[in-house]
Amino acid sequence: MDIKKTPQINGKVLERTSAFLNAKKQIKKSLELYLIFLLPFLWFIIFRYGPMYGLQIAFRDYRAVDGIWGSRWIGLANFIKFFNSYEFKRVVTNTLGIAIYNLIASFPMPIMLAIALNVSYRNKFKKVTQYVTYMPYFISTVVMVGIILRFLNPRIGVVNKLITALGGEAVDFMAVPEYFKSIYVWSGVWQYTGWNSIIYLAALASVSPELHEAAMIDGASRFKRVIYIDLPGIMPTAVILLILNCGHLMNVGFEKVFLMQNPLNLRTSQVIATYEYSVGLKSAAANFSYATAIGFFNSVINLILIVIVNKIAKKYTEISLW
Amino acid sequence: MKKIKRNRRTGINAAQIKGERLFYTLNDLFLLFFLLIVAYPIIYVFSASFSSPSAVISGKVVLFPVDFSLEGYKAVFENGDIVLGYANTIFYTVAGTIINIFLTIICAYPLSRKEMYGRDIFMFIISFTMIFSGGLIPTYILVQNLGLINTRWAMLLPNAIGAYNVIIARTYFQTTITDDLFEVAQLNGCSHIRFLWSIVLPLSKAVTAVLVLFYAVGHWNQYFNAFIYLSDRKLFPLQIILREILVMNQIDSSMVTDPVLMARKQGLADLLKYSLIIVASVPVWIAYPFVQKHFVKGVMIGAVKG
Repeated sequence: MDIKKTPQINGKVLERTSAFLNAKKQIKKSLELYLIFLLPFLWFIIFRYGPMYGLQIAFRDYRAVDGIWGSRWIGLANFIKFFNSYEFKRVVTNTLGIAIYNLIASFPMPIMLAIALNVSYRNKFKKVTQYVTYMPYFISTVVMVGIILRFLNPRIGVVNKLITALGGEAVDFMAVPEYFKSIYVWSGVWQYTGWNSIIYLAALASVSPELHEAAMIDGASRFKRVIYIDLPGIMPTAVILLILNCGHLMNVGFEKVFLMQNPLNLRTSQVIATYEYSVGLKSAAANFSYATAIGFFNSVINLILIVIVNKIAKKYTEISLW
Repeated sequence: MKKIKRNRRTGINAAQIKGERLFYTLNDLFLLFFLLIVAYPIIYVFSASFSSPSAVISGKVVLFPVDFSLEGYKAVFENGDIVLGYANTIFYTVAGTIINIFLTIICAYPLSRKEMYGRDIFMFIISFTMIFSGGLIPTYILVQNLGLINTRWAMLLPNAIGAYNVIIARTYFQTTITDDLFEVAQLNGCSHIRFLWSIVLPLSKAVTAVLVLFYAVGHWNQYFNAFIYLSDRKLFPLQIILREILVMNQIDSSMVTDPVLMARKQGLADLLKYSLIIVASVPVWIAYPFVQKHFVKGVMIGAVKG
């Protein structure tokens, strides 16, 4: 053995032991915190990581009697079946179509509302507007769809009463597949624009008043100040929200789509999440493994999207989620 | 601030005043337009719910109630399913929110302490669940294996903690509870549990109010879990009943054959839907102004590092 090396090894060992002792000491010190943390931690492991363990049934032929671990391993068969299925192209197109439409339509609205609220100096009017525009956010999805169905009802709906009063013919909007996307997206805009503007209002409130004062001395109009001070001021917030929205792009909510679905509009209203449900839980011959594979495909695309968008944002704007 | 306001109104030079006034007016008109678009459907539903059945079917309701009547509300409260669903929802909301708040706070507090060894790893474990999940079927299998299907627990446990809310609470604790505060308490022999209970909680009323609102509204509007986990009608929350009536149009007309009575029933069924929408949404609309002043804070905290 080389004599020269010995102290080095000793040093490393020492370093490691001291790091180990240090860790032990720190753990001991945080013991009480661990104790407090234990229950929620277990909850996350069971209810959030438990299902991730169960994801492996996407690669198996799951049978309840055999359990997750005991079911036969069939590799990518479920995924291949999904990619080759007649439904694949349709549900992916519908999901992406709704998601992109929704992103484009609903992203700029809260920014416009927040800026308009920020510009106005009629305080009472502003308060009322805020109160009323937040209200729809608290309506449940079921009630929201209920309202949509009431308003678009061909027999007694307000919209059709207006159409017939103007001499047109009543339309059963929910039965026309081409209208589905627009109804879904614009009712969402109606429901969430007010609430989503809160965050931009807060960002606008933190724009330094000195910037405005300086601009006013230079003779900038309020409109110019909106363009050159307010908008740049909320850019970071807007970018972060855009990243978040893109990350959830394929996450077209199950609930609302499902509630708005009917046999007549299924052609445009079947999305990945509702298809997953109809394969996995609704049908008499429920196929858990196949449905899990469909959901897994969706989650992985989402994960990849959020990572990519975050990278792009980091590169060009130096703003990112992590 | 006063100075800016005056400047805004007077403008900087005389030539600009006219253009500025126009801009402010256009801006307020835009706001008014937006306000009306959001308010009209709500006002309409409200007015329809207080009208008579015949006024609702014939489309006489435009803005204000026509033939004021409370028949719709009477029908709502005479319907056993709705009343039971309402009671169930109140239970799920109260019990669920208590569990949520308890678990969220004991989850967020340790994560807010610098001396918690390995807290970055724990933070990652929790944050990761926000961008990736096991999905519908594996979660269903888990709930099934735990024996929660068709029990009230299925409405309380699977969503007992929201990762996003943990982050809101943790950020709040980090910014309001200083290290000095704990050190002083510790010198006086105060444990973490006691510190959390008697110092942190009283200082965190704002964030707790926001969390209570978020969770309670979530429970009140919860439909999906009940839909997939419950089949016993006695356990159904309001939203499931709402779906049957509002979306699927299943309302008990119990074999009416007389055409006049039939028409009346149909009218009442249409009217009931409007009253039901109001009855289901009003509790939340009443509750939220009380916490409204904390919203911005709550929403912003979450956004700092979401």
